[in-house]
Amino acid sequence: MDIFETIVVKAAGLTSDSPLKGVLTLRSDILELTENSHEASLRPIQPGGLTHAERAGLACRMAKRNDEAVLTRHYETLFGVGSQAVANTGFDGGDDARLKAIIRHTDLVTTNPKEATADDITALRSAALDDADIVRLSELIAFVSYQIRVVAGLRLMAEVA
Amino acid sequence: MSEPLKDFTTVVPYWQPRVIPVELASATDEQLEAMKVTVSNTKIGEYTLVLALDPETLQQRTPLFNGIMYSRGGLSRAETELGAVAASVVNRCIYCAAVHANRYNELTKTETVIGSIFEPAEDSELDARTTALLDFATKLSKCPSEATKADAERLIEVGLSMGEVLDLVLSASLFGWANRLMHVLGDPLPKD
Repeated sequence: MDIFETIVVKAAGLTSDSPLKGVLTLRSDILELTENSHEASLRPIQPGGLTHAERAGLACRMAKRNDEAVLTRHYETLFGVGSQAVANTGFDGGDDARLKAIIRHTDLVTTNPKEATADDITALRSAALDDADIVRLSELIAFVSYQIRVVAGLRLMAEVA
Repeated sequence: MSEPLKDFTTVVPYWQPRVIPVELASATDEQLEAMKVTVSNTKIGEYTLVLALDPETLQQRTPLFNGIMYSRGGLSRAETELGAVAASVVNRCIYCAAVHANRYNELTKTETVIGSIFEPAEDSELDARTTALLDFATKLSKCPSEATKADAERLIEVGLSMGEVLDLVLSASLFGWANRLMHVLGDPLPKD
């Protein structure tokens, strides 16, 4: 895998002539696993009760909540039917109780994870998510939160390199 | 049943899942593979059994976690743990904070640094390098990130190499991930 073709390195605006090439190459295993985790979180072979389109919409929404414009555009390229609505931060799920619970949980854990309690897991179960889907949703939110920070950090490194 | 812990501690709690973990006896081949279960390794923690509900992400996550926390070269083990602690304090993940504060104390043979992170006092005197490292990791862990070019410059000024800065970015970011699993999917309980 070419590390300069990975999503985080591209989103940070780094190219193979970057002065950071050496240090990134030393951590190429991490960058490769980060790319693989993106696939497993956004386009899993077994998506369970969370479709690829919903995942792309939620990831895009999370990027917006983090003021992360480049990853917002990246996630828009993965959109399928329904992603657009989910990614709209003014939309709360409307009359769809399941989607409403998913969006509420995603916003909470993205922006303020310390406020999450056992009641928030109960709320997802009440909206008909099973435990495997709760873990899938948690991994998606957790991965994108990681990815957004890696990109932010790489950009700052490029500024001081 | 004991109440979940609310305050930071260096005593590692018991993690009680809020969802039903995979049962090892009925785990699928894919789940076993993701958990890296071997004949000699049948004692799997609750956290891994919970994450095995989504084996595709777990399969990638375990080597990624180990690669960031334990790979050779770059930032020292202790300072890598500090990035994890800073994120866990921002996200108030009592369990992750305890595990990594405990490791930091073991590695450095001192408790004063973690003491002043958990209970900040006016007169706490962390050295310039530790302060710069903690400030950067703390700000990067906010939503949105509050880390600035000046914070990154400070890391270079106090002597971090660019490779060490990258490892700090990775460790703090990794706990933006880990905290959102540990703190959201379970409760930290006192071990009795």
